[in-house]
Amino acid sequence: MFSWLSEERASIAAVIIVTLLLCLVISIVIGLKQTAYRAKDEVFGDPERTLGGWYWTLTGISSILLLWFYFSWGMARAFFPETGNELCQAAKIDTAIAPITAALPINSRYFKSTTLTRRNLEQLEILEKNLPVDVYDKAEQEKLFRIILQSKQIIEIFSNPKNQSSDSIRAFKTIQDGFRELSKTLGFGYKGLIPDPEALAQPKWGTDLTEIPLLPTTPRGVLLDKTSQDAKLLTKLFLKTRNNSAAADALIKTTKEMINNIKESNEASDFEEEILSKRFAYVKAVERIFRRLDDGTIFPPSALDNLSNSVNDFFLAITETRGSLNIVDRIFVPGDGVVKSKTQCTEQGSGRWLPKPTDVIATFLKLANPDIEGGGGYKGSTLLWWKWIQIADILAFFIPDSLIDLFPGDYGRHSETGVFQPNFKDKALALAQGDIYLGAVPMLDGHIWDSLFRVIVALALGIGLGVPLGIYMGISRFFKSFFDPIIELYRPVPPLAWAPLVLTIFGIQDDGKIFLLFMVAFAIMVISARTGASGTQLSKIRASHSLGASDRQILRYVILPNAMPEILTGIRISIGVCWGTLVAAEMLAGTTGIGFIENVARVVSNYELIWVTILIMGLLGLAFDILMRWAIVKTIPWRGKG
Amino acid sequence: MSDLVCENLSMTFANPQTGVKIEALKDINFSLKRGELLSVLGPSGCGKTTLLNMIAGFLNPTAGKMSLGGNLIEGPGVERGMVFQQGALFEWLTVSKNVDFGLRMKKTPESESNQLVEKWLDIVGLQGFGDTPTYQLSGGMQQRVALARCLVNGPDVILMDEPLGALDALTREKMQSLILKLWKETGKTIIIITHSVEEALLLGERLFVMAPRPGRIHKEYNLPFAGKGLTKSLRDIKHEGYFGEVREEILTMIWDMEEEIMGGV
Repeated sequence: MFSWLSEERASIAAVIIVTLLLCLVISIVIGLKQTAYRAKDEVFGDPERTLGGWYWTLTGISSILLLWFYFSWGMARAFFPETGNELCQAAKIDTAIAPITAALPINSRYFKSTTLTRRNLEQLEILEKNLPVDVYDKAEQEKLFRIILQSKQIIEIFSNPKNQSSDSIRAFKTIQDGFRELSKTLGFGYKGLIPDPEALAQPKWGTDLTEIPLLPTTPRGVLLDKTSQDAKLLTKLFLKTRNNSAAADALIKTTKEMINNIKESNEASDFEEEILSKRFAYVKAVERIFRRLDDGTIFPPSALDNLSNSVNDFFLAITETRGSLNIVDRIFVPGDGVVKSKTQCTEQGSGRWLPKPTDVIATFLKLANPDIEGGGGYKGSTLLWWKWIQIADILAFFIPDSLIDLFPGDYGRHSETGVFQPNFKDKALALAQGDIYLGAVPMLDGHIWDSLFRVIVALALGIGLGVPLGIYMGISRFFKSFFDPIIELYRPVPPLAWAPLVLTIFGIQDDGKIFLLFMVAFAIMVISARTGASGTQLSKIRASHSLGASDRQILRYVILPNAMPEILTGIRISIGVCWGTLVAAEMLAGTTGIGFIENVARVVSNYELIWVTILIMGLLGLAFDILMRWAIVKTIPWRGKG
Repeated sequence: MSDLVCENLSMTFANPQTGVKIEALKDINFSLKRGELLSVLGPSGCGKTTLLNMIAGFLNPTAGKMSLGGNLIEGPGVERGMVFQQGALFEWLTVSKNVDFGLRMKKTPESESNQLVEKWLDIVGLQGFGDTPTYQLSGGMQQRVALARCLVNGPDVILMDEPLGALDALTREKMQSLILKLWKETGKTIIIITHSVEEALLLGERLFVMAPRPGRIHKEYNLPFAGKGLTKSLRDIKHEGYFGEVREEILTMIWDMEEEIMGGV
């Protein structure tokens, strides 16, 4: 079932996209009708309009999902499932002849030879001007000038058509003919070509870690793939081709000798450190330029003209062959297309960092699978599941071992027969250390639960301590004035600014994070409880005095319920801020939790996983808020109506 | 011995910033017999509410003393029930829980308190509204709840601080009849503060017109209308000749006082 869903994700996406398009059209039609209908009885600015309408919500949701499908190349994959594979084959050609195109004014303005000549001459001029006369003696200076001059001469010889090596002329002719041949083959079309069975057996686009299947799965792809392999041979020949003539070789040889000469004299000398480093630096700069010239990659200005033309024709032939693929590429594949690296084809641009909606769901389902051995979960922990936990472990957590030490009597010893019979105190210690079996209870488990647990515990502590303090601050001059400076000083500090300190003191696991979140929740709860308590109407207080309530009763039955709306709002805010802080804290350090997953995903650039965690966090945050809003309506229906 | 006695009551407020002292009340002397209905009138700032708050025990007089039935008044107490202008109901409780509040604080057994609450809800005309949240009630009904909440504790004196001030004319008239009915049936001592001269005349068996700067009792009336109101329609009473005369006299009096205050500026 699951693997079928995974295999057919392209078709499923197609169905979803069509449904979304229908929803979009229908909702817009309904929306426009409703707008026209209501235009009569709602003036501009009528607050009734903030109630919205489900149809515009539907329009919004369908639009955003369609945009997501579009920019993640989900539409391309849904309706043209072979696009990725064919673009990959085309990309193979680009990669195969990349060294040749780099030498030609294709995707650039100048021939590579022109660029090299210009840059090297410019740098030689600069070196000539900056010759360090203070560290080299006269004879050496002469020699260095000579090297620079000869370097210029090498460029001159390379650039002269009369000196071009016959080898290179022949090689370029061969390559040029090769491209003409390839263009011709492309022109014959791909009818009758059959993809390998091996290629057809590859996992589909996006269903596997390799993302785009590498081997061609369509006749067109087969042709493009074949072309790329042939083109690779031409590239090989091109890379071997050098412009080495006898004149140039002689010049290169003498220049090299002079450079070595200077280097040797540097090494043999006993100059001061500073002077020596200057000498080394200069000769190194000269040598760097010389090395760019001695391999003979500069050719005369018109030497590559014919080759350039044939490559351009070749590209035209490719475009012709791509045919309908060009249109799909232009319309449905926003971003930078497919790029072939050494071992794989990857999507570039939005297709890369924005995973397709269906892939996100597939990744989520894989993560949510509680069967860790079966490849589910993440880093040895499920996303959200349950496990048995020992009651003894829970008790042991609450009973400190040192408490047992205080019990009367001594711990037992082994007897003279060499047997250890535990006494009462030993048994108590076993309880405190969780060494006995008391049964087990089911407990939630997994990354999401780890995050939730931290928030819940911190929130419980924050509410339990913050609300009483806040209430007392709301009714007592002493509490208000004594605690106000402390809380107002630490509260404005962004919680994450405390993180390094708190995590160092309390550890990077649960303790540190819970304390950090507790600090956040505590301040918010104190302030909201204080506002709520101090906002009790004087007449209500007076009325309850007149009705015979004691101070304690007024606190419990009047001030506390009166502060409830503020307290619940405080809890709602606390949850939001705690959740945000927690995820960030988990990204800083730790080994479990939603933030941890995203941090790992970030390091390994797993965009699907990043999006999955983002969606989980968003949905959980939304769920918290809906829950709190519901709780507020249920528990304090009088809010704002007193 | 349930007389309310006030002797030489004075109240001075000092502004903590400027140190300026304001004499809110000066040398107030009066005594109220059990079952008397007193209404208090006066221009704004004459210390009506201050007087009421002092009797309720929310404020301590700077001089003089008050006693109820021979016991000195030194703080709030159940024997002096208070009804506020806006009801001051606990909106987190239902109608019957509001009424029940005082009994609950006294830890009255539930069976007993339930009966009492039912009885008083009936008397103020709220039978069947026990489980309604108070924020869903109209202003008049809220004041009925406030009355029941106060009466269920069996206070000797009921203090009302402009209890009908926020109600519309029709509801107001109904509530005035209710107050008269309660007064008759329970025989409680009632002090009612109001801004409306008509209301003061209709409800007050005795009537104080207070004057400002310093707050003092300017004139005292003994009136027959409250007694008549038990049997006659309140609207008819308003058309009696004597009612009109007194109303004009008091209106002129208060008008002059206001003029005096304004003229001083």
